[in-house]
Amino acid sequence: MSDNAHTSPAVATHPALQHHFDDMEQQREASSLGMWVFLMTEVMFFGGLFLGYLVYRTSYPGAFAAGSMTLNVTLGAINTAVLIGSSFTMAMAVWSAQMGKRGLLMMFLVLTMVLGTAFLGIKAVEYHEKWETHHVPGKYFQFHEKVPGTDVPADPRNAQIFFFLYFGMTGMHALHMIIGMGIMTYLLITAYQGKYGPDYHTPVENGGLYWHFVDIVWIFLFPLLYLIAHRGGH
Amino acid sequence: MTERHEHVNYLNANYGIRSWLLTTDHKRIAILYLVSITLFFFIGGAMAVLFRLELLTPQSDLVTLDTYNKLFTMHGIMMVFFFLIPSIPAVLGNFLVPMMIGAKDLAFPKINLLSWYIFIAGGALTLYAVIAGGVDTGWTFYTPLSTGFLNTHVITAAVGIFISGFSSILTGLNFIVTIHRMRAPGLTWFRMPLFVWAHYATSIIQILGTPVIAITLLLVGAERLFHVGVFDPNLGGDPVLFQHMFWFYSHPAVYIMILPGMGVISEIVPCFSRKRIFGYSFIAFSSIAIAVFGFLVWGHHMFTAGMSVYAAMVFSILSFLVAIPSAVKVFNWTATMYKGSISYRTPMLYAFGFIGLFTIGGLTGLFLASLGVDVHVHDTYFIIAHFHYIMVGGMVMAYLGGIHFWWPKITGRMYPEGWAKLSALIIFVGFNLTFFPQFILGYMGMPRRYGAYAPEFQVLNVMSTAGASILGIGYLLPMIYLTWSMRYGQRAGDNPFGATGLEWQTASPPPTHNFEHPPIVHSEAYDYEHVEEMPVVG
Repeated sequence: MSDNAHTSPAVATHPALQHHFDDMEQQREASSLGMWVFLMTEVMFFGGLFLGYLVYRTSYPGAFAAGSMTLNVTLGAINTAVLIGSSFTMAMAVWSAQMGKRGLLMMFLVLTMVLGTAFLGIKAVEYHEKWETHHVPGKYFQFHEKVPGTDVPADPRNAQIFFFLYFGMTGMHALHMIIGMGIMTYLLITAYQGKYGPDYHTPVENGGLYWHFVDIVWIFLFPLLYLIAHRGGH
Repeated sequence: MTERHEHVNYLNANYGIRSWLLTTDHKRIAILYLVSITLFFFIGGAMAVLFRLELLTPQSDLVTLDTYNKLFTMHGIMMVFFFLIPSIPAVLGNFLVPMMIGAKDLAFPKINLLSWYIFIAGGALTLYAVIAGGVDTGWTFYTPLSTGFLNTHVITAAVGIFISGFSSILTGLNFIVTIHRMRAPGLTWFRMPLFVWAHYATSIIQILGTPVIAITLLLVGAERLFHVGVFDPNLGGDPVLFQHMFWFYSHPAVYIMILPGMGVISEIVPCFSRKRIFGYSFIAFSSIAIAVFGFLVWGHHMFTAGMSVYAAMVFSILSFLVAIPSAVKVFNWTATMYKGSISYRTPMLYAFGFIGLFTIGGLTGLFLASLGVDVHVHDTYFIIAHFHYIMVGGMVMAYLGGIHFWWPKITGRMYPEGWAKLSALIIFVGFNLTFFPQFILGYMGMPRRYGAYAPEFQVLNVMSTAGASILGIGYLLPMIYLTWSMRYGQRAGDNPFGATGLEWQTASPPPTHNFEHPPIVHSEAYDYEHVEEMPVVG
């Protein structure tokens, strides 16, 4: 951590400079660090859910495998590709902002939102499928599958824990996507107003960090939820 | 002093309710927090008074046993989540961290205001849970009791705590960024006041711990709503998992409460000893060490809850390790006082109280970290006495000491010294009379959380209740005379205690932007050899 001696009052003030910062550099560094610290909080938040997953998958491997088998791997894989694609467009949006290319920035933001919406749409189709097969935890939950590779029926009570975690984790992830869409909308409007350029683009960068974080969560969720019963050429 | 009378400061810069409720000034937000946590403190305190009265007699007579359960539960929730955790960081930290590092404000002033609104929303919801019928799970929300058996307002209270957690996270985030990025020219890390170091360590815990309690409470709520076995063993869940997740936050939360208090003491002791602090870097690093070790000891709450012997041994050893950085601090404060020119002003009295009581609380913590002893005193009044020595004897003492120490800076007025010393004494006596008997009660085997008890415990319980009454008076007094002093107190100069630190170099109360000229730091934080003698006030 270098010494933060910001003593350059002579620098012409940028309209986006807030009163309590000395200069744009200090403001940018503060916002960026703030975002990283926030993401650490997010890691710990999702960490609680991953811990729950770890404990119950270890306790009930059969029921978890049976539950995992009922998920639609094709749709999950498509969604993974969609989301990785949206990370690419987001990265391009940040680059466009840094280069001061307003038109490109807006285009990539729109593309990111389109891909994000596609993800949520596919997710909704999957949720609907689960609803129809009574795999939503709660009063109407039913589960009649067998543990993969055996003739033993999976314990519905334990399978329900799998589905609870499935909905909890993907639901929390989807909620973050929806918040991300809100951030994209804000960035799009402010980009339209011409607020970003080579000397000021911190909000786009921070929005990008957030979006990549949400993607990374999915990169972990996809194999843990969809692929655990598909090992060994099953 | 008369020319000071007219200077524009953060208090008289503008008036009206909007100028307070929409302020982004960290000093005004600190005042907002001060008022709100004082309210929560007295609500939580009133509940304590009620159940202490109930415990005057062995049988349950003043309130029903159900009400008793609700009283101690809400006392714990109010005090832990709505007083102790925000207390020093949100009030004194908010006010002082930017001033101590020579900044104009925290890095994110709007987020700072937002965190107060979040706090109020969470507090209001929790208060609603009290009025609507109360919660009786204990502040720990242990499952499956909280998820399967009690039909009270568990979800409401849990959501209230969940919401207020974001306030804690945002405050911590703000401090971390501010301390990293907003320090005045020349203020290197090892020139920072130890108060700032303590808040940095606290913020790390807030950032990493709070989200875990958030997800835990969400899972409790989900289990209640959907009847899925997350934690309920009848549904395939694991109740011990809840305890792990709960204490993963709630043990480090103890350090959220005590670390800022240690920061306050590190400021008060050198000032009233007129000496450079002894072992600056040891105190600074011990704060970080406490924050790090604090995350690795949660299992000592669960020695009797079903944990492997090896896990218990590791948690026991790690718990002992926390004593080292804590002792480093106590020794360094004592060494600072050694051959110092000590003056017995009110903040110093609180600092003395803190050091003594914290030491007792800390040493009894070692009893509890020992596997064999813990099994004997687990869930008895020994535990209650132990953590009240830390939380009330330590933390509340430090909070009051800090409030008195910086009161002249916050309000521009002195507190009345005589009354303040008297109430510090009353609090010290009342506190010890309340909680020392509880060590003995616990050792004799009186379990916590019961509204009725065996008759042979009565004498000690009567002593404890008598102490609580004295303590209650001791807490009311500062509220009265501090309020009085805002109007009638003697005007304080910029630096009535002759203290080092940037916050004392600006006017009292400070102008809205804290400093007339941005400060530049040339020396270490506790350069008391080069400060002139303490000015005499009063």
